Amino acid sequence: MQGGGSSRRMTERSLRGKAAIAGIGETTYYRHGQSPDAEFKLALQAILAACRDAGIDPREVDGFASYGGDRSDPPRLAAALGIRELRFSNMHWGGGGGGVAAAVANAAAAVHAGMADCVIAFRSLAQGQFARYGRGAQSSAATGDDAFLAPYGLMSPAQRFAMKITRFMSDHAIRHEALRAIAMASYHHAQTNPRAVMRGRPLDEAKYDASRWIIEPFHRLFDCCQENDGAGAVLVVPAERAKDLPHRPVYLLGAAQGADHRTAAPVHNAPDYASAHFKTVARQMWAMAKLGPSEVDVVQAYENFTGGVLLSLVEHGFVDPARANEELVLENLLAPGGRMPMNTSGGNLAECYMHGLEMVNEATRQLRGTACNQVPGPEVVAVLGGPMVTPVSSLVLGTEATL
Amino acid sequence: MSISIHRALPPGLPAPGIEPLTQPYWEGTRAGRLIIQRCRDCHRFQWGPEWICHHCHSFELGWEEVAPKGRIWSWQRPHHPVHPALNGHTPYIIALVELPHADGVRMVGNLLCGATDPVVIGAAVQAVFEPHDDADPPYTLVQWRLAG
Repeated sequence: MQGGGSSRRMTERSLRGKAAIAGIGETTYYRHGQSPDAEFKLALQAILAACRDAGIDPREVDGFASYGGDRSDPPRLAAALGIRELRFSNMHWGGGGGGVAAAVANAAAAVHAGMADCVIAFRSLAQGQFARYGRGAQSSAATGDDAFLAPYGLMSPAQRFAMKITRFMSDHAIRHEALRAIAMASYHHAQTNPRAVMRGRPLDEAKYDASRWIIEPFHRLFDCCQENDGAGAVLVVPAERAKDLPHRPVYLLGAAQGADHRTAAPVHNAPDYASAHFKTVARQMWAMAKLGPSEVDVVQAYENFTGGVLLSLVEHGFVDPARANEELVLENLLAPGGRMPMNTSGGNLAECYMHGLEMVNEATRQLRGTACNQVPGPEVVAVLGGPMVTPVSSLVLGTEATL
Repeated sequence: MSISIHRALPPGLPAPGIEPLTQPYWEGTRAGRLIIQRCRDCHRFQWGPEWICHHCHSFELGWEEVAPKGRIWSWQRPHHPVHPALNGHTPYIIALVELPHADGVRMVGNLLCGATDPVVIGAAVQAVFEPHDDADPPYTLVQWRLAG
């Protein structure tokens, strides 16, 4: 009897519909090193923009959640903003954008659990002020895992992931053209997005095919994300609060983070190596959301590298690897009419590499009906966080009709 | 003694830091032997070096010589120089080599062949010990070449 009661309570432990994104904000997005402002100032600008969008006094914010080792820490933000009471400070482990959805989910968990009422999830990056990602550290001796990698010239994020992609593409006979379609969709959408760094720089097949190799066999220049300066933020509040705020609430339907079995096994020994490591995370996310990939109207899939997007789409059930060559063609990926409109603001490749936070903002805009490449009447949008960068995370957002 | 050793990559890349956890491996490579971690309790091989046997949770980890051969599990050919030492020295090939006779552990190394040669997943490879005697301290990397 007691067991039954406890398992009933277990099934009720969910964030579905409990929290909402009430405000979104971002700075001007810059090419790397081009921001006139310091990283911390960018963070403040994005947070103030999200509060303004939500119609909430920034002093009312009582929590911050971020990821990727963001350098703008909550006590410093709270001091700068004159926040009255800081109740929740949260950093999701892992590099890059693996934690983008987790940061939003952690903010939602905090407001649902009563630990805070008004939490900012954010990312700030000024890569001119700090180090670049695309080059290895310049130290003379490599330690830990790197002792077995760096002496062989394996140092960059692209290199850490490239052999996963080589193996997966080879196993499933997926052609490079499938990755080209992913890159072209992002660049296509960026052309109508005034925020996009790559607006005015369209990409066609010839330009892609002529672009230089970063890594053979599947990483041309346009398969790789940019590095950018800027910041983005969303304001997360309890669902009931969101109803009284200016915008149509965008509800969190499902979210999950983590990794499957031994993804961080040393020196490229993860048992399921040729993976973005979303298999368990996606299952948990869909279960919480009580829906599946066929019910999603728009997808935002984090591009660190286009091969990672392919793996994300497969592991969330959006693409069958046996049909990837047919399904991943440009017309299927475009807003408004494609079968699976994807990265509708330009994504990391062409809007801004804001470690996926720009994708949460775009998902919110799509559900509000205010996106620059608006899909007609979407009710469910999925945001797939940075692939391969465990602990990875994903989320599903929905309109009130989905509750 | 002057032996001309062809190295996979130019000088100037980071040397492997020799740490207590990994020292037996590097001592092995100096002697031209491939020695990796093996649990004294459950006898499973594991790589890279870990503090615990992830299979049985024993801390009694030993080291054992394995045959210096494997097969290519995956690969990449970087063109973009990720370190100043690599400027003008790309492309090169990095291989992920599986050791089927050692519980399928995988090792990363350079594949010693022409920079633009085709690479085939599943191809048999043989370890090549690449000494860096001029380094301080000296070390030896394990590289790979196609077998046969």
